[in-house]
Amino acid sequence: MELSTIWFILIAVLWIGYFVLEGFDFGVGALFPVLGRGDEKLDGETRKRVMLSTIGPFWDGNEVWLITAGGAMFAAFPHWYATLFSGFYMPLFVILVALIVRALGFDYRGKVDSDVWRRRWNWCIFLGSVVPSVLWGVAFTNIVMGVPIDADMEYTGGFFNLLNPLALLGGIVFLGVFVTHGAMFLALKTDGPIRHEARALAVRVGGVSAVLAVVWLAAIHLDTGTALSWSAAGLAAVALLGSLAMARKGSEGWAFTGTFVAIALTVASLFLALFPDVMPSSTDPAFNLTVTNAASTDYTLTIMTWVAVLFVPIVLLYTSFTYWTFRKRVSGHHIPQADTAEDLSVGSPGQS
Amino acid sequence: MEALELARWQFGITTVYHYFFVPITIGLSLLVAILQTAWMRTRNPEWLRLAKFFGKLFTINFALGLVTGIVQEFQFGMNWSDYSRFVGDIFGAPLAIEALLAFFLESTFLGLWIFGWGRIPEKLHAACMWVIHIGTVLSAYFILAANSFMQHPVGYFNNPETGRAELIDFWAVLTNPVQLVTFPHVLTAAWMTGGGFMLAIALWHVWRSRTPKSEQPMYRKAAAIGAIAVLLGGLGTIVTGDIQGKIMTEVQPMKMAAAEGLYDSVPEGEGAPFSIITVGTLDGTEEVWAVTVPKLLSYLSTGTFDGAVEGINDLNAEYQLTYSGEELTAMDDYRPIIPVTYWTFRLMMGFGFAAMVIAALALLWLWKGKEMNHRFWYWSAIGVMFLPLIANSWGWIFTEMGRQPWLVFGLMTTQTGVSPGTTTAEVFTTMALFTLLYGVLAVIEVGLIIKYTREGAPEYDGESLDPDDRAEDQPFVFTY
Repeated sequence: MELSTIWFILIAVLWIGYFVLEGFDFGVGALFPVLGRGDEKLDGETRKRVMLSTIGPFWDGNEVWLITAGGAMFAAFPHWYATLFSGFYMPLFVILVALIVRALGFDYRGKVDSDVWRRRWNWCIFLGSVVPSVLWGVAFTNIVMGVPIDADMEYTGGFFNLLNPLALLGGIVFLGVFVTHGAMFLALKTDGPIRHEARALAVRVGGVSAVLAVVWLAAIHLDTGTALSWSAAGLAAVALLGSLAMARKGSEGWAFTGTFVAIALTVASLFLALFPDVMPSSTDPAFNLTVTNAASTDYTLTIMTWVAVLFVPIVLLYTSFTYWTFRKRVSGHHIPQADTAEDLSVGSPGQS
Repeated sequence: MEALELARWQFGITTVYHYFFVPITIGLSLLVAILQTAWMRTRNPEWLRLAKFFGKLFTINFALGLVTGIVQEFQFGMNWSDYSRFVGDIFGAPLAIEALLAFFLESTFLGLWIFGWGRIPEKLHAACMWVIHIGTVLSAYFILAANSFMQHPVGYFNNPETGRAELIDFWAVLTNPVQLVTFPHVLTAAWMTGGGFMLAIALWHVWRSRTPKSEQPMYRKAAAIGAIAVLLGGLGTIVTGDIQGKIMTEVQPMKMAAAEGLYDSVPEGEGAPFSIITVGTLDGTEEVWAVTVPKLLSYLSTGTFDGAVEGINDLNAEYQLTYSGEELTAMDDYRPIIPVTYWTFRLMMGFGFAAMVIAALALLWLWKGKEMNHRFWYWSAIGVMFLPLIANSWGWIFTEMGRQPWLVFGLMTTQTGVSPGTTTAEVFTTMALFTLLYGVLAVIEVGLIIKYTREGAPEYDGESLDPDDRAEDQPFVFTY
């Protein structure tokens, strides 16, 4: 196999890793106002902190998948990186701002004991989770369907060119599936009322998302699909429906595995539909960016391959260790019941 | 202003801002790791309290460093797409490796550290902070290797067929002579900055009358550790900076000449003077007035007192002959902005030295066990918090502005690297919004640092942090 093909696959794997992992923490963030509702003085705050604690040790590492995917595109397919990042300028800017305020929301909302302070960061976490979910869906639909690119590999469309109906549907599908994924994660990782509410919600949102996802995937693959990409998309739909059935049965582990696999296969189907292009041009197929004309030299790809072969297993190993360490369910009584921020931060009182 | 100028401002603003958090993160992760290891060894509760105290401040800093770092990675593609196309074959690899080797380590182990108190064995928990520090150091190595390529390209082939620079020797890129001195220079400067941060906060508690007398010994210890870090880091910075000056003279003579305001070449045997202050004409072609130390510049740049040093005007003429023929390298003028280069070089050194003076005085007073409630120590605390940080910023502005008009020295000018498709309006909008957002975040960050500094180190209540001693259903000890 060509090295550039291997790197196309590796980049697909990095994006899959990003969406299956950050997907659930996006979902948890998006569910903040729904599952975290309640009287702020009583259970509302505890619920939110339970939700935060489920993703607390993980979201930061999940986000690194994005940084690595970006870096790998830069290194393996500089033209892909350059065309995509300069072409999707404004959406990427909005995603960056959203990710910034979201990350600070996680880290800072518990650091000052004030309702106004927390309410503001709650908004940052909510918007910072919803907006990137939608925009990634928009971006990936456009990448697969093709955007105006000229002979110099430059994107020639504007911002609103990206907001076409199919891309917007893609955005809604991404959001819906991530919310389902996040709800499944919460059902798996919490105990008490949140667990049951999350499970019920996952089934409802998941059902609607499944219908929309089928329409969206069919539209994409009717246009650019191959036998392989159709199979992946079909299996993704099966996995999602299976996950919903498992959730109804109460098998939360299998249900979460189901959304995990469904997202992985959906993203895989997009990359399969894309290959051997990396960014097709809607202006003229002759201007398509492909795995060949967008790639780095074989020398660079060889070095990168060695680095990936040596270090990806190590990363997976210690990432798994983190998930194993924090494998227990979180519920209200794990949250330090403190009156002031100082108590929250060191958690000494309330432990008796 | 055009998109090019705005893109440059945007890169400058976001980079300098990002770089406020990076050296603190590098330096403080080491110091917190040391504090936590000291607790493991001695079981003296003071060390644990300090580790938690500075660990909390560390996480506040880390968050902003991380998120502003993502912006930096995206910037290359968003605003500098032609540059990305030209050097992607070389420049992308260290960036991707940085993410894979360093960012995953830092982020995953920070999550373990924050939520792991009482949940993972103590030794492993302390090791997490060491791993985080190693991650930050690796990260610095790879990003500086990428930057050093821009200062002094090595290990590449300028392929006329593909119109880009292509990698032929990755090892050469990783062991670029510029990189080998820049990395220790930046690393020691970061330790110095982390030390300054710790010294400042501990010194403030030592100075403050409201901090209980019984807490004094603890903060004095922390202040001493911070001061030692500033002094050792500062010493390392001076030594590496000196070597760096000599390599810079070799590979980027224009930057050194501009840093010194040396307009005309000084031939072998005469010895070039070191400028203490030089005033030049506004167009940057002539010296008007200068105070100098004879022959010192020759020594700093070449290691001998009468070595030859090239001047700005001669270099400019030379570059015009060499580079004006190609589209990617043609310029009317190859001089950087002389006053910026000249002054940032001096401000970098001046601020760094000032921080070391404060640290030395503080260490002397701490060592002698003297009272430190004089107003002088209050201002010293504020000074030593910001001086190394600003020295770092001046250093980077010097390095990057001194490289101009090159994006990659000798290969590509800055004006040819900008994204051709972005509009002035887009770049302006994002620049303005980034600046606004970063401004708001700076206020929040400083507010939080002040709040947690005031609160001081958390009480030690004797509870066990060993997971074996704790019930399954214990609340989290340390959360966001």
